[in-house]
This record gives sequence, C-alpha cells and structure tokens, in this order.
Amino acid sequence: MSTADTVAAPTTGAATRGPRPAGRGRVAAVLGRHPVGMVLAAPYAVFIAVVFAYPLGFAVWMSFHDYFFAAPGAAVDRPFVGLDNYRAVLADPGVRQSFRNIGVFLVINVPLTTVLALLLAVALNRVVHARTFLRVAFYVPYVTASVAVVGVWLFLFNADGLVNSVLGPLAPDPSWLVNAGLAMPVIAVFVVWKQLGFFILLYLAALQNVPKELYESASVDGAGWWRRFRSVTVPAVRPATALVVILATITGANLFTEPYLLTGGGGPNGASASPVLVMYQRGIQQGQPDVAAAIGVLLVLGVLLISLVNRRLIERD
Amino acid sequence: MTPTSTSRWPGLLRYAVLFAGALLFLFPFYYMLIGSLQSEPDTSVAGAFPTGGLTLDNYRDINSRVDLLGSLVNSGIFTGGVILGTVVFGVLAGYALARLRFRGRGTLFALVLLVQVIPFQLLLIPLYVLIVRGYGLADSYLGMILPFAINTTAVFVFRQFFLQLPDDLFAAARIDGAGELRVLWSVALPLVRPALLTAVLLTFIGPWNEFLWPFLITKQADMQPLAVSLANYISNVAARAANPYGAVLAGACVLAAPAVGLFVAFQRHFISTDIGSGVKG
Repeated sequence: MSTADTVAAPTTGAATRGPRPAGRGRVAAVLGRHPVGMVLAAPYAVFIAVVFAYPLGFAVWMSFHDYFFAAPGAAVDRPFVGLDNYRAVLADPGVRQSFRNIGVFLVINVPLTTVLALLLAVALNRVVHARTFLRVAFYVPYVTASVAVVGVWLFLFNADGLVNSVLGPLAPDPSWLVNAGLAMPVIAVFVVWKQLGFFILLYLAALQNVPKELYESASVDGAGWWRRFRSVTVPAVRPATALVVILATITGANLFTEPYLLTGGGGPNGASASPVLVMYQRGIQQGQPDVAAAIGVLLVLGVLLISLVNRRLIERD
Repeated sequence: MTPTSTSRWPGLLRYAVLFAGALLFLFPFYYMLIGSLQSEPDTSVAGAFPTGGLTLDNYRDINSRVDLLGSLVNSGIFTGGVILGTVVFGVLAGYALARLRFRGRGTLFALVLLVQVIPFQLLLIPLYVLIVRGYGLADSYLGMILPFAINTTAVFVFRQFFLQLPDDLFAAARIDGAGELRVLWSVALPLVRPALLTAVLLTFIGPWNEFLWPFLITKQADMQPLAVSLANYISNVAARAANPYGAVLAGACVLAAPAVGLFVAFQRHFISTDIGSGVKG
C-alpha cells in the first residue's frame, strides 16, 4: 500500500466502497483498518531503530568489549572482556570524583529547583497585574543558549567580577569558579537559574487542575496561607513534583556545558567535572570509547535508581 | 487572591517578591548587553550602570575572530533541518498513532513511551562512533541533524493534538472520499495550527542552543554553529584578546538574540498550558 493509492482514492473511494468489502476485510485483518498508517509512521520507526535502539544496544555491547578506534574498514579483533571496563571505571579516581561531584550538584540543585519552582508558580498563578512581564522574566534564561549565559556568569563570578566587587572583603578566596569547594555549588545554582522557568511552567499547568473548592473549604475551616499551601497545594501537585524531581535529576546527570566552559573543563583539579565531561575526555579525547560507554551505563543506572526511589517516596501516601 | 484573604498585605508582598526575583533573573541579560558595549571591562558596581562611552567595537572584535555570519548560517541550517524533520515526520507519525488503526500501532506507541526515558548520555559515545567513524558524517549538516531529526516528545505532543479532535470530522471527510493524506492536510492540520506554532517555537530552542553534539562532531571551524564557535573562543582564545569579556559577551548577545526575540514576540504560545500537558507524557 503506497501513499499514492490513498491520494488517488478520492475520485473512486466512495463509489468503490460498496463492491470491495471482502477484499478490504482481508487486508484489514492482516494490516489493520488503515494500512496507510504504516507508511506514515515508517520514518519514525526507522529513526527509533537507527538512532535509539541500535546505539543503545551498541553502548551496552561496547562496555563489555575491548573497543578502540581503528582505521575505517580495518578488520580488528574486539574481544569480550566481561566487567573489565566497569572495573577500570570504578577504580578510576577521576570517574569516582565526577560521580561524587554530580551527587553534590543534585543535592543542591534538585531541592532548590523544586521548592523555588513551586513557590514561584503559586505566586505567579494568583498574579493579575504584570503577568506577562513576570512570566517572561522567569522563563527567559530557559530559552537562552547555555553557551551565551555562561559568558555572563564568567564575567559576574570572575575573581574581580561584579559579584566580588559587591561583596568586597567578603569575597571568597580562592574565587568562586576556581575554589574546589564552591565551583560545583556555583554550577548547581547556575543551572537552577537557567532551568527554573521550565519547571515553573510545569507547576503552573498542574495548578490549573487543582479544584478551587478545596481552597474555599480550607478557608472556611480557618486555614491560613501556609496551612492551605501545605494541605491543599502540595498534595494536589504531587504528580507534577514527581516529574519535576525526575526531570531535574536527568538534566543534572546530563551536565556538560557548564563545567566545560565555566570551570575550564571541570576544574579546579576535577572538583567540578561531571560524568558526561569525563565520558567526553576518556572516550573521545583519550580514545577509550569502551570505558566511556561503561560510565554511560553506570550513570543511567544511577538515574533510574533515583527515579525509582523518588517514585516510591512520592507515591507512598 | 482568595476571597478570605482580605488583607492587601499578602498581595503586595507577593508582588514585591516576584518583582525582586524577576529583576534578579533579568539582570544577567542586562549585564550581558552592557558588557558587550563597554570598550574596557568595568566590573565595579558603577560600571554596571554606565552613563556613556559605549561602543560596538566588541562586536567588530568577535566578528574578526569568529566568522559570525558563517556560524549563524550553520546554526540556521542545523536548526531549520531539525525543525523540518521534527514537524514533517512528527505530524505524520503523530497522526498515524492518534487516528489510524494499523498493524504495529500498539508496539510503536510503546516504543514512543520507552524512547522518552532513554537518556542521551547513554547514546553519546555509540552515536559518536557510528556517525563520525561509521558513516563518515563528521563536519556535515546531516551528521549534526541526524540524532535530532525526529523528536519523540514532538511525536507525542502531535498525537495529543490529533486525539483532541472530534471523530465525526474524520468520518465525514472519509465518507466524502478523502484519502488519509488529504484528511490530514485539509482537515486535521488547519485545526491544530496554533499548537503547531507552539511546537515549532519549542523545537527552535533545542538545536539553536545545542552545544554538546555539534561540538563533538564538527572540528572544521567553517562548519560550526555559533554556540560551538563561541564556546571554542571562550575556552581557547579569550585569554589573548584585549577585552576578552567584551568580545565573549558580544558573541553571547548575537547567539541569545534570535531565541530571546522569538520568545518575547511569541510568548503567548510558549506560556500556554499545552506545553505542560505535552511534556507530561
């Protein structure tokens, strides 16, 4: 069945519908009532196979083999090495540090994102005046390229940047982005600022679905603002909260651009290196794609684990 | 404001906090613009509110180090290719999944849901190996576009749009003898046009701002999108320039302007709740 048949159908379609029910029935039994759907969906199905399914399998396969870059077309032996790549990854202090770093990042970034996004969404939801201005202000960092806004943050948090000239003697020494204890927290705050608009939007959508009667009856019962927020809003947007936590975790686990540019490749001494940055360094710069694939598998397993725990916690009551 | 909170203070407080937050969020953008216009970097507090001496020299400077026009053309081709693929294939697949019954539909939809949870980090290395080493697509537009050519979230959003349309419309068109492509083109698409615009605008942000993938696969400067050229400038040459921050910020303004401009012009479409419900998939 090609698309040309269906395009041509209008001239005869209605007239031939009567005489052909038997043939149609047989086709429908095998291909479904609208076989043309297969043609329309085919590019997407091929795309999933080529860009997701095959590379996914390839990543896992690579992580269990001694895989290295060779000249195109060269026949090389890539023996199965079991868990060797994983052992190499777990023994590598740089990799272990990058996982600790991302832990620091998530511990700061995810709660801050969730709390600020919910509070700002609740406040914005009730706003009547200057609504557009306020929403645009919070959403603009999200639509702007990381590379562009990283430029300003470098300028702001530089040793003699504006932030330090405001702080004067309170400025940290060594300065923000070259301080082993502060580099990762600055990146975590940067990403909160960058992504917050998107999460505010998710919460605003969720708040549309909270029944007004709940607030009214809570008010009648004498509940104050905080009480209504805790007993009505927070439980009502719980599915959105689960989504925000999971998406913020995934965004955090994908961290690359910020440590690469803000801290000159994950400095100082790897204190802000993220696992994806280490994947890039090991896999592409140092030519160990098998080790990099193993880092990828471990990172994804970690994200899945956090997502499951999060689900359990949020769906518990 | 709920009827019972009769006091005006909570309302005023809310506005005060929101406006303070908004200014905090917008300040880096203001500072980006000011910094890009200063001939000498002035990081004092007074320097953030200059009264004169602004020039366009930094834009000339960055343009002499990074081919701004060429990079913008590369960004445009990359973004345009991704949008075209996302919309054309996304609409076709979304329509098929929403309105047509065919063998394999259930399986395909299960795959749509599954693909949404596969993170890009896992695919980064194998895609690099396949696209750069296997297919020889390094430093090509096709190589840049390929991993983003169809967006699963977009397929899901288009499916949601088409599901919301009433069944009778489709039945009527089919009784009139319209083929499926005709139904899609003349009946379904005009009805979802506003949502389509939202999808195009949202798709624009992704490739325009994307850094990691084009950074990995383009080594030739004349193939790099602006985000990659600017990042390379930041990490390699910035230290040697006379006013490195001025030039970086000028480049940042050029990179940020199209996305921010489109967003401000079409903010109504971004802020619609469709986005939230679409992403929830």
